[in-house]
Amino acid sequence: MAGAFQSITLRRLAAATVVVMGAGYALAFLYAPQDAVEGFIQKVFYLHVPLAIVSLVGFMVAAVHAIRHLRTGDPKHDARSYVSIHISVIFGIAVLLTGAIWAKGAWGIWWEWREPTLVSFLIVILLYATYYPLRYAIEDRDRQARYSSVFAITAGAFVPLNFLAVRLAQPLIHPRTFSSSGGLPGSMLLAFLVCLAGVALLWVTLVWFELDAKKASGNLKRIRRALEATT
Amino acid sequence: MIPPLAIQDGGYVGGAYLVFLLLLLIYVAIMAAKLQRIQRDLSSLADLADRSQGQGSDRGVGQIRGREEEIEAVRQGGRG
Repeated sequence: MAGAFQSITLRRLAAATVVVMGAGYALAFLYAPQDAVEGFIQKVFYLHVPLAIVSLVGFMVAAVHAIRHLRTGDPKHDARSYVSIHISVIFGIAVLLTGAIWAKGAWGIWWEWREPTLVSFLIVILLYATYYPLRYAIEDRDRQARYSSVFAITAGAFVPLNFLAVRLAQPLIHPRTFSSSGGLPGSMLLAFLVCLAGVALLWVTLVWFELDAKKASGNLKRIRRALEATT
Repeated sequence: MIPPLAIQDGGYVGGAYLVFLLLLLIYVAIMAAKLQRIQRDLSSLADLADRSQGQGSDRGVGQIRGREEEIEAVRQGGRG
């Protein structure tokens, strides 16, 4: 019963993701005006920035699940923390790639090492890339889950600090999406917010999907053990 | 007439969206392979359950045969 409910919810979630993302990118390309300074290449912003925001928030969500895991010892919170980090790392890689393509078009270079926004995001992704070797270097499942949770909390706390440090730093060339000197015009903001909602829904859908697959795999192992014990 | 700079910008924009789509497709392909493995495992377990049910009715007369081989075959199937 619970499984059937979950699969219906996942189906609805996936459908909602397709609708919202479709609407968001239709708005971005057909409704939002072309940027007066950057021109057509600014359309990358509707993908790149939502991915960056969702990826960073996803790391913090993973930290919250890790705290719940350490408090309760329930392995489901560890699984949620692991999957949240997994999907956020994939989104983070997409941020780096789409950002590099945008930089090449807008600045003429793929990467700028003096730009704090770029380098700090790279550091965050590299930090989370070490999560996998750390996790799989430990064989004992309980210790693996505990140490991974400690990592997720520590790294998760680093994410907002890092974001704050970048906001306080003097930007070199990277534009600020939301600054005190004035934000986006209404039509661009609407398209951006719908795209952000779509990317957030995509993150939730993928996390849910992977958690379901993990749960099915775990249930199969349990059934196999039970069957082997009875035969 | 579309200016050459706009065409170049279009290429970068298309490239960025395609890269994201490609990443997503790779992820979906990996997950599909995982689900296929789960499906295979499930079928082999269903077979094992059917057979063990049949054997269960004969157990009283001591006719259980080749259990270890069956379990090993399922294990091999699950790994493959």
